Amino acid sequence: MGEHGHGDPNEPGAVIRAGEGDPGRYAIADPGLPPHRPRLADEDPQVAKRSERQVFVLFLLSIIGTITVFVAYFAIELTEDLQMLRLQNTLLGVGVALSMLGIGLGVVHWAKTLMPDHELVEARKPLRKESERQEAEKIVGDVLEESGIKRRPLIRNTLIGAVLLAPLPGIVMFRDLDQSDDFGVERMRHSLWDEGVRLVRDPTGTPIRAADMTVGSSMHVVPENLRDVPGHGDRLTEKAKAVVLLMRMNPDDIETVSEGREDWTYDGIIACSKVCTHVGCPVALYERHTHHLLCPCHQSTFDAANEFKVIFGPAGRPLPQLPISVDDEGYLVAQSDFTEPVGPTYWERGEK
Amino acid sequence: MKALSQRRRHPFAGVALLLLGLLITGGLYAAATTINEAQASSTEDYSSADVDEGERLFVANCATCHGINAEGTDNGPSLVGVGAASVDFQVGTGRMPMQMHGPQAQKKPPQFNDEQTMQLAAYVASLGAGPAVPDDEYLDVDQGDPARGGELFRINCAMCHNAAAAGGALTEGKFAPSLHGVEERHIYEAMTTGPQNMPVFSDANIPPEDKQDIIAFLKTYESQGTPGGFSLGSLGPVSEGLFLWTGGIAVIIASMVWLTSRSS
Amino acid sequence: MSTHTSESPGAVAEEHRPATRTGRIADYVDQRVGGTSIVREFGRKIFPDHWTFMFGELALYSFLILILSGTFLTFWFDPSMSSTTYDGSYAPLQGVEMSVAYATALDLSFDVRGGLFMRQLHHWAALLFVAAMAIHMLRVFFTGAFRKPRELNWVVGCSLLILGMGAGFTGYSLPDEVLSGNGLRIIDGMIKALPVVGSYISFFLFGGEFPGNEVIPRLYALHIMVIPALILVLIAIHLFMVVIHKHTQYPGPGRTETNVVGYPVGPVYAAKAGGFFFIVFGILAGISGTFQINALWNYGPYDPSPVQAGAQPDWYIGPFEGVLRLMPGYLGDFSLEWLLPMPWGANNLALPVLIPMIPVAVMFLGLFIWPWVEAWITGDKREHHVLDRPRNVPTRTAVGSAVATFYCIMWGMGANDLIATHFQLSLNDITYWSRVLIFVGPVIAYIVTKRVCLALQRKDREIVLHGNEAGVIEVLPHGEFREKHSRLNDYELYTLVAFESPEPSGPVPNAKGKVTRTEKMRASLNRWFFEDRVAPVSREEYLEALSHDHHEPHDAGIEASASQGQVGARHH
Repeated sequence: MGEHGHGDPNEPGAVIRAGEGDPGRYAIADPGLPPHRPRLADEDPQVAKRSERQVFVLFLLSIIGTITVFVAYFAIELTEDLQMLRLQNTLLGVGVALSMLGIGLGVVHWAKTLMPDHELVEARKPLRKESERQEAEKIVGDVLEESGIKRRPLIRNTLIGAVLLAPLPGIVMFRDLDQSDDFGVERMRHSLWDEGVRLVRDPTGTPIRAADMTVGSSMHVVPENLRDVPGHGDRLTEKAKAVVLLMRMNPDDIETVSEGREDWTYDGIIACSKVCTHVGCPVALYERHTHHLLCPCHQSTFDAANEFKVIFGPAGRPLPQLPISVDDEGYLVAQSDFTEPVGPTYWERGEK
Repeated sequence: MKALSQRRRHPFAGVALLLLGLLITGGLYAAATTINEAQASSTEDYSSADVDEGERLFVANCATCHGINAEGTDNGPSLVGVGAASVDFQVGTGRMPMQMHGPQAQKKPPQFNDEQTMQLAAYVASLGAGPAVPDDEYLDVDQGDPARGGELFRINCAMCHNAAAAGGALTEGKFAPSLHGVEERHIYEAMTTGPQNMPVFSDANIPPEDKQDIIAFLKTYESQGTPGGFSLGSLGPVSEGLFLWTGGIAVIIASMVWLTSRSS
Repeated sequence: MSTHTSESPGAVAEEHRPATRTGRIADYVDQRVGGTSIVREFGRKIFPDHWTFMFGELALYSFLILILSGTFLTFWFDPSMSSTTYDGSYAPLQGVEMSVAYATALDLSFDVRGGLFMRQLHHWAALLFVAAMAIHMLRVFFTGAFRKPRELNWVVGCSLLILGMGAGFTGYSLPDEVLSGNGLRIIDGMIKALPVVGSYISFFLFGGEFPGNEVIPRLYALHIMVIPALILVLIAIHLFMVVIHKHTQYPGPGRTETNVVGYPVGPVYAAKAGGFFFIVFGILAGISGTFQINALWNYGPYDPSPVQAGAQPDWYIGPFEGVLRLMPGYLGDFSLEWLLPMPWGANNLALPVLIPMIPVAVMFLGLFIWPWVEAWITGDKREHHVLDRPRNVPTRTAVGSAVATFYCIMWGMGANDLIATHFQLSLNDITYWSRVLIFVGPVIAYIVTKRVCLALQRKDREIVLHGNEAGVIEVLPHGEFREKHSRLNDYELYTLVAFESPEPSGPVPNAKGKVTRTEKMRASLNRWFFEDRVAPVSREEYLEALSHDHHEPHDAGIEASASQGQVGARHH
C-alpha cells in the first residue's frame, strides 16, 4: 500500500510498505504494455528493401574506410615535415572512423529497421527462495561442524594468527623501494648551494656578473656544481631542490629586510628558491613592476619586495631566500645553503 | 715607495705592468660593455628631422599621460631612457596609445604607420639612451637554432606564455599574451625592454644570438603546424577536456538516442 | 545450436546429430563447456532500451579501446628514466638530453606510423572512459538505481571510477615531460603534507627524493598491469551482478517490479550493443584523427626548473587541482601552516594542503555509502527494479545536484587561469568569488533543484487532472475565453501517477519501547527527506476531475478526450 497524500502535509501518514500488484495502488490501474505499432518497413516491402540498401551502403563505406587506412599507412612517408604526419594522422583517423562507423551504424540500422521490434517481457525471479536459503544454511552449518573449527579453538586461533601474519613480509619487502644511502628526512634540509658556489644560468651554465642583471630582469639559476653531479636522474633530483630565481629590482623598492638578512641581497639583486612552499611547482612568473611572483599551478603569489611573503593563494609560508654576494671576479655566489628546507611542507620540517 | 721604485726595474716589471694594464682596461671594457650593451642605442641612426617630427607626434598623442617632455605623470611612466625598441614595440603593436586604463595595455591595430612609429622612436631615443631597435641579422630565423631556442624558451618564457606560446594568466587581470603571429622584431624588442610587467631579458642575460634562437623556435613552431590535428587553442588539458565534454559527448549521446529510438 | 534438455550426456551424443558443419562445431563445444545453458540463459535475455542506459556500455567500450590502443603503445614505449639524446624526426628537440621514456614517447608520435594516432586514440578514450563512468554514475544516482538489491554493485562502480582516475593519472605521468612532471611534483607535495608518514611515502614512491630515477617504471607497472587488472576484475563483478539483478527499467505502463520489458539479446540487443561498440570506436577514431591531444613535444623533457602557464591535469583530476587553488594559505596574517610544538622541535601541519583533501574525501565516502544512508533515512528496505523519475524524489535529486555543483565549482577553479584570460577577468577575483561560491553554490543548487522538482511534479498533477493545453482558444457562449485541454491516454497517465510519495514518518520505538537518539535523528532526517512533497494524483481526485469534466457538458473538447480516460477500467 503506497501512501497517497492529497498534498496536505498535515495529513497523518504511515511508513511506506510494499504492496505489489495492488490494483488500487495508483490513480489508474496499470494499462499494460501499449499495443505494438508496426514500422514502415514491417508493412511496406519497398521500405524494407530501402533499409537493406542503406545497410549495404554503410557496410560498403566501412570497407572503403579500411582501404583508406592502408593507403594512409603505406603511401605517406614520415619525414621531418609535420604536415605529412598530420595528413597521415587525419587519414588514419578518418579511415578507422569510417570503417568502424560503417559497421556500427549498419548493424544498428539493420537491428532497428529489419529485426523484430516487439518488446518482450521477462519475469524477474526472486534472488533467493526461502527453501533454498534454508538448504544453503544447513550446508554451511554442516561444513562448519565437520571441519570442527568451533570445537577446536586452539588450532582455529593459531590459524587466524598465522594468516594475519603471513602477508606482512609482502609489505615489509617493499622497504627497498628507497635504497638510497642517505635515507631519511635529513637530506631534505640540504641542497647543492654552499658558501661561494656560483650562480649560473639555466640551461647554459654560464656564471653571472652582478652587472649582467639590469633592473627589472629576472634569471633562472642553478648552482655551478650541479653539472658535477653524475647521472641524469640524480642531477634532476639535486636540481629540484636547488633551482633559484634571481631578480634585480631598484634597491629602494625592497620594503622589508628582517634582522640577519641585511646582507642577503646585492644592490637590489635578490634570489629565492623557485620551489613553491605549497606543493612544489616552480614559482617562475615574475612581474617586474609589482615584484610579484606567481606560481602557475595553484596561483600562490609571493611578494619579492617583502621577503617573498605570501600575498595570495594557498601557500602557507614565504619562499626561502638564498643569501648571495659577489666573489672576487664579480660573479654572483651564494653565501651559504638555504637556511631552511626548500619546497613543500613536510611533517618533520620543524624538527631540530 | 722605495720598494716600489726598486722593483720597477725588475726584469718582469714591464710584463707585470702590461698585464695589469690589460686586465684593467679589459675589465673596465667588459664592465662597460655589459652595462651598456643593452643601451647601445644612440640617436645617430635618426635624422634630426625625424626627431622633430617625432616630438610633434609625441606632444599631440602621448603627452597627456607621459608628460610634455616625456618625464612621466601619474597616468604614465617617464619615457626617458626606455629606448627606441620600447616605442617600436608599444606603438608598433598598437598597445600605445592606450585605449583605456586597465590592468595592462592591450594589443590592437597600430595607430601610426611605420614612418610615424620610427619618428616617435627617434624622439624618445633622443631623450636618453635605451635599447635600440634590433639589427636585422638577429631577426633572421633561418640562422637560429630552434632546438636550443626551445630549451631557452621553456626555461625563460613558457611559465608565462605557455609551452605552446598560447599565452597565460598573471595576477590581478594581467596576462602574458599569445605569441602566435607576433613579428620577429616585436618579440626581440619585448625581450630587451620588458613591456608591462614582463621582466627584462637584457643581452647580458640572453645574448642576441640566443634571442635569435628563441625567435627561430617560435617561428618554427608556428610554421610546422599541429601534427595531431586541430590544436584546440594549444591550451592543454582544459580545452581537451572541454571539447570532450561538449562536442565528443554530444555526438555520442546523439548516437545513443538514435540507437535506442524506435524506427518510424 | 542444440537446445534439447536430455538427462544423460551419453544419450545426447547418441541422439543429436547436427546436420551442418557449424552445427557440428557448436555441438562439439557445447558438449565440453555446456554452452546450452549459456545460450538458454542469455540468448533471449531481456534488456530494457533507453539511451541513458548506454553510458555503462560506453564506459566498457572505451575501456576495451584503451586496452587495444594501450597494447599497441607498449610495444614501442620504454618507461626508462635513464638519459638519452633525442635524434628523432622532431626538429625542435633534436640534440636535447631527455629520459628514454620521453624519447620513446616522441618516437611513437613522429617515427612510428600510426603511433600518433594510437596515442591520441588512447588519450581521448581515457578522457571518455572516466567521463562515461561519471555520467553513468549520475544516471544511476538520480534514478535511484542504486537501491536494494544493487547497493553492492554501486560500490563496485564507485571503486571503478576511482580506479579509472588512478589509471588516468598514472598514464598521464608516463611520458616524463614538463607538464606531467609538474603534476607528479604536486602529488609529491601533497603526499609530503600527510602527517607522520608523508615524507616516507614520498621516498618509497620515488625511490628517494623527488624525482629520482624510479618513479616512471613504477607508475608504468601500475598503469599497464595492476590497475587494469583490478578494473577488469571489478568490471567482471559489475556485469555478473547486472546479470543476477537484471536491468532496472523506467516506470511506465506494463513495467512492474516483477518483470523486465525490453528487447531480447538475440538478435536486437546484441546487434545494437555490438554496433554501439563500433560506433564509439568510430567516433573516438574520428576525434583522434582530427583533434590533437596532449602535444607532449611542446612541453620538453622533464626538468624541475621550467613550468608552463596553463599547467593543468586531465579533466578528471581538475577538481582536485581546483580545490587546492581555492584554499587560502593565510587568513589575514595568520598562516594556516601550523607548527605543533614537540620535545624534538616542532612538527608541521600543512593545513592549506590537508584541508582541501577533507571535502574531497567526504564526497567520495558519501558516494560509497549513500545507498545505505538513504535506505536508513527513508526506512525503505524493499527491492526496487523500477526507477524513480528524478522529479519524484526531490530531496535526493537536490542533494545530487548540490554535490554536482560543489564538484563543478572545484572543477571550474581548476581552469581559473584560462577563465581569466579568455573572459578578461582577474585571476584573483575568480578565486575570491569561488571561495564564496563553494559554500553558497551548493545551497542554491539544492534549493533551486528541489523547487524545480516540486514544480514539475505539480505540473504532472495538473496534466493528469486537467489534461494538456491544446493550444486552441475557445470562446464560451457567455463570452469567456478559455484554452482547450486534451486529456492523456491511459499509457501516458499511468507514467505520471504511478509513483510513491511517502509522508514523513515519526520516530519508531525500538524493541524495549524506547525511542533512541539515533532513531530521533533518523526521524528528523526522514522529515527533511519527505516533508516537501507533492502527492501523486489519487483515484478519488482523478474521478472527481473526470466528473467535473462531465458537469460541463458544453466543453466538447474535454468531453471527447475524457471518455477515453475511464479510470483504467479497460485492460489490455
